Formats: sequence, structure tokens, C-alpha cells
Amino acid sequence: MARTSSIQNKMMLLVLIPLLVWLGAFELVPVLRMIAMSFQNNDGQGFTLGQYVKGLTNPLYGKAMLNSLKISFISSVAGLIIALVCSYSITRFTTKLRDRMIMISNMITNFVGVPLAFAYMILLGSNGMLTLIGKELGIRSIAGFDLYSEAGLTLTYIYYQVPMAILLVYPLYNGIREEWKEAAAMLGASVWSFWRHIGIPVLLPGVLGTFSILMANALGAYATAYALTGSNYNLLSIRISALVSGDIFPNFQLGSALAVILAVIMIASLVINEWMASLSRRRGL
Amino acid sequence: MKPKTSGKSDGRKWHGTVLGVLLVYLFLPVAGTLLFSLARQWQDGILPDGYTLQWYGSIFTDGRFLAAVGRTLLVGVITVIVTLALMVPVIFVLNVYFPKWERLLQISVLLPFAFPPVVSAIGLIKMYSSGPVAITGTVWILIGVYFIMIQPFIYQSVRNSLSTINAKDLVEAAEMLGASRMAAFRRVILPNILPGTLVASLLSFSMIFGEFVMSRMLVGGQFETVQMYLYNQMNTSGQAASAVVVTYFALILVLSGLVLKLGAWKPKGYRSAQVEEE
Repeated sequence: MARTSSIQNKMMLLVLIPLLVWLGAFELVPVLRMIAMSFQNNDGQGFTLGQYVKGLTNPLYGKAMLNSLKISFISSVAGLIIALVCSYSITRFTTKLRDRMIMISNMITNFVGVPLAFAYMILLGSNGMLTLIGKELGIRSIAGFDLYSEAGLTLTYIYYQVPMAILLVYPLYNGIREEWKEAAAMLGASVWSFWRHIGIPVLLPGVLGTFSILMANALGAYATAYALTGSNYNLLSIRISALVSGDIFPNFQLGSALAVILAVIMIASLVINEWMASLSRRRGL
Repeated sequence: MKPKTSGKSDGRKWHGTVLGVLLVYLFLPVAGTLLFSLARQWQDGILPDGYTLQWYGSIFTDGRFLAAVGRTLLVGVITVIVTLALMVPVIFVLNVYFPKWERLLQISVLLPFAFPPVVSAIGLIKMYSSGPVAITGTVWILIGVYFIMIQPFIYQSVRNSLSTINAKDLVEAAEMLGASRMAAFRRVILPNILPGTLVASLLSFSMIFGEFVMSRMLVGGQFETVQMYLYNQMNTSGQAASAVVVTYFALILVLSGLVLKLGAWKPKGYRSAQVEEE
């Protein structure tokens, strides 16, 4: 009896097979193939580190990495600060309103890529609504704003980071209980010293984890930048795509090496997030 | 702390202002696009010269747009159904009978985050452009990769539903009462995880409607999806493109509304049973 049931149990694991085949065919094998290609020369032969050397020393690709890191860093920090302020304000309202706000944030996270780029062109393009208002009112920073520059791209990145950051930061505030605030106040702590000694240390691991997710989110992004500037603005994701599907002669080996570098940065971000989450858990939050 | 009424209402004002500014910030691009899509003509003024619905008329009579919507719907429906059919039994079996193996799923759901579309597309182009399975440029490759893209959300939601209803206990109880495993799964577990699964399906569906990178890199113009259509339209007619964006946003709005409704729905008798226990 026990034996049949254990065989029956093992049989149930058969449901795993289609899933594993699928993951293999559309994720694992392609990724392994890409890693293998990154170590080949331009003809797809041999074993060489040349593509990595080229990717890391060629000023064009070096600049692309720098641009990607810069724009991701600035948009993540800005998104995070906005989300920290807004999420706290959200927690001050009734459950119904809180759920509404979270639902709106969730909804807006879908508003990325081509639609977002297009909407920003309508607002801040050379004949955009805000640009025209800026001209009318004589505000030069708005009237002369170049959406297709680094500043413009950063602005659109911040827009899609904000709702994502709110979704990630909002639950963190649940870790801070009202009783703690009352207790601290009863013991004579000011609002500032409560946040300085209790609030911020409690939030910190989660905030850092969120930051790394936002970094990864921005580093891997492609659609918004592509829709806004085509292949003109030099970002790592734009370079990779141009190398394998652009107008120029394709170079899969170099594209693969750059993609592996990007993937390593992404995985590092995820590991940091996981590490921060376990730090929070260990503190019993 | 002394209960200062004026301080409290100041705080309330501040938080209200913050939310107000946030809402304006989040909805401004949508509102701008809406206004643009309704404008008859828009020269140099801050507001349009007149209003019209002609741009909506033009996209909804454009066969190419309707075909793109149809294609995206097709890919979305097939992908969601296939993903559910493959994932739900796996999540159930691992969650209830082999909890130790769940680690496997946790790794598989991380994969799409570690390898964003622009990265994983490279190997896919190389593997599926020629040779025995040359499927780039067809619907099949999209179904293949969208499965990978949505499985983390399906996993998260189904697993949450299973732990909310205490699936393990329910199955044991059903088996003790003489139900077969299959019957326990079909008649006890499935109805209870249905709302959570529907929510995940709707979210997945809206993700597929918004996907651009894979569809550009792997399929291009050969199987034009909504996002590809929008990208091409952006450079031809701005106002028709804005009507597409507004339509897309309306779809997200409807899907989000459904998610909210379903999310509040509790399995029948679930809550009262808990109350009785207490």
C-alpha cells in the first residue's frame, strides 16, 4: 500500500515535464547559446575573450554602459524618493482610498514603452502641450526642453519607476507599527528622532532592495528609449539590440558579450534584493 | 504627544496635497494623449481649435489596426490558457505533495527578471531563425516567450491562493472522505483558487497587450501586434496614434477594474467557516 502510494506520488512529478521542456526551449537553452556565442570570434568559431575585451574597452560601448548606469541610477533614486514620500501619505488614509491608490499605481505600471514615449512627446515634444504653455508663460526651462536628450529620457524613466516603486515601498510601511510611534512619543522622543533611530533603520533593507529592483528594471528597459530616440541615444540595451537586429551588419558574438555583461549586472541587483529581504526577515519584520 | 488638532489637520492637508500632486503627475500623460486624440486641429494654441471623434473612427475602420488587435488577442488568449494548463497542476503538486521541490519554481520565476527581453532575444533569434524549428516571424515564437514572461505572475498568484485556502488540509480532508486525488483537485481546489487565477490571467493579458521588445525583435512586421502597430503609426499620423494609446489605456482600465472586483471576491463559505472556528 505504502509502496503504490509512493509510486503514485512519483507519477505526479510527470506534470513537471512540459514545464521543464518549455523553460528549456525558450529560456535556458537560448541563454546558454548566447553565453557560448559570447566566447566566439566574429565568424562564430573558436574560443576567445576578445568580444568581452572589445565590449569593455571600445569607447562606444563603454559610454553606453556608463549612460545606462547613470540614467538608471538617477531615475531609481528619484523614483524611490517620490515613492517614499507618496507611499507614506497613502498609509495615512482609509483602507478604501489606499486600495484605490495601489490599484492606480498597478495600472500605471502598464503604461510604459511605446505608449509612454508617445504620451511624453505630446506633452514635452517640440510642439508639446507643456512646451507651448512654457513658451506662453516665458518659462525657458520648459519651452526649450529637449525630450530626446538625456534629461528627457531620464524624465520618462522616472515616470515609469514611480508607480513601480510605490508598489514595492508601500508594504514596507506596514512594518512600522503605530504603537512604536506612540511608545517613542511617550518616552519623550521627537518625531525626527523616532524616524532617525527606529523608522529609517527598519525601512532601510527594504528600501535598498527596492532600489536594486528599480535599477534592474531601468537597465533592462529598451522599449521606452527606442520609441523615443530610435537608436540615437547610446544605451547598453539599445546597442545590444542594434547589434543583433539593427540596420548594420549583425554581430551576434559582440551582442552576446554585451548581453552577458548586462545580465550579470541584473543578476547582481536581484541577489542584493534577495539579501536585503532576508536581512529584513531576520529582524523579524 | 499632545493631541494638537491643528497639527493633525495640517498633516492631513499635506498628505492630501501629496496624493493630489501624485495623481496629476501619473495621469497627466494620459490626459494629454486623450486631449490630443480628440482634437480636430491643433496649431499653436494651448488648447485645440475644435473637437472630433474622427481619429477613433479612423482607427476602428482601419483593417490593419483591427487585425493587430485580433492578433494580440489571439496570442494573449492562447498564451494564458497554455500557461495556466501547464503551471496550475505543477504549482498544486509541488505545493501540496513536494514542498521541497518548490525551490525549482522559485528559480524558474526569477529567470525573466535576470534575463530581460533584449538579452534573451539574442539566443532565440539565433536558435529559431533557421534550422529545424524556424519560427521567428510567426505567432509560435511569441507564445513561447510570452509564456516565460507571464509565468512568474501566475505562479505568485496561484501559490498565494493555495496557501490562503490551506490546500494541503483541504486535500487531506477530501481524500479522507473518499475522494480521489483528481476529484479533490477538480472539485475542491480548482473552484477555490479560481478568483486568484483569474486575476493573474487578466494581469498577464494586459502585460501581453503592452509587450513591444520581443514582438519587434523576434517577429517584426510579419505578425504585427498592437504595440508594433502603434510604433509604426506614431511616425505616420500622430493623432491616430494617440487614439490607439487611449484605447490601450481604456483596456488596461477595464482589466484593472475587473481585477479589483475579483480580488475582493472570497471563496463561498470561506469567511464564515473561519468565524465559526473562532
